[in-house]
Amino acid sequence: MSSQPRRQRLVVEDIGDVTVVNFVDKKILDEQNIQMIGDDLFRLVDELGRRKLLLNFSNVEFMSSAALGKLIRLHQRLAQVQGKLILCNISKAILEIFTLTKLDKMLKIVKDEATGLNSF
Amino acid sequence: MPSTSVKVAETLPTELAEVRRVQSDIKDALQANGFGERDMFHIELAMEEALVNAMKHGNQLDTDKAVQLHYTVTPEQFDVRIEDEGGGFNPDDVPDPTVPENLERACGRGLYMIRCFMTEVRYIGKGNVVAMTKKKSPPDEE
Repeated sequence: MSSQPRRQRLVVEDIGDVTVVNFVDKKILDEQNIQMIGDDLFRLVDELGRRKLLLNFSNVEFMSSAALGKLIRLHQRLAQVQGKLILCNISKAILEIFTLTKLDKMLKIVKDEATGLNSF
Repeated sequence: MPSTSVKVAETLPTELAEVRRVQSDIKDALQANGFGERDMFHIELAMEEALVNAMKHGNQLDTDKAVQLHYTVTPEQFDVRIEDEGGGFNPDDVPDPTVPENLERACGRGLYMIRCFMTEVRYIGKGNVVAMTKKKSPPDEE
């Protein structure tokens, strides 16, 4: 990711065999921005071979339906390669989006990072 | 006490950066009229989805086309009307994104979120105009 001449959108840390991803942006909006975030996430799976992704949303205050679509595709991609996606530290407001759209049934959402690390 | 009500009519170029500017203006007006954080989140989300839909799906990101935006903010409610220059659509044709067979599809979720978060949503004419209302929630629901 660092080879790309563009600003950093994700902070990635490996804890054991789990890759923990924090978002830099408070608002995940704009198709181009979401596309770049998606590219970086898919690169973790397809090029760097990560199979256990824990997305930490503690910085995220707002996200649109386009971002949800990207998360669904990431979940599908990981499922194809026997990987797993877990989301954590989601604010009450954003959690309402997942609940209303019933994506909380499809995506595994846990309270915090420690719980996430123990949920793979 | 001076009125805090706001009434705005403007023509937006089809540029996604305009959505950010409009969102900021609306948030200022909502705060001035005493809307709570949860209502403001819902309105911001609905406006994001509706304006991006108008520019992307309606105007096909054609910068020669514009979006007509009218909104009013009063201490009681937020009303908005968004019109694009596209061919419109039939909202009944958009699949329900929450049924199991559609959960993994990407489409329809934005419209669904708009309906969930706003008090009233109306598509007008051929579907290139959307009018939405959000009534301010009582303090105990915030």
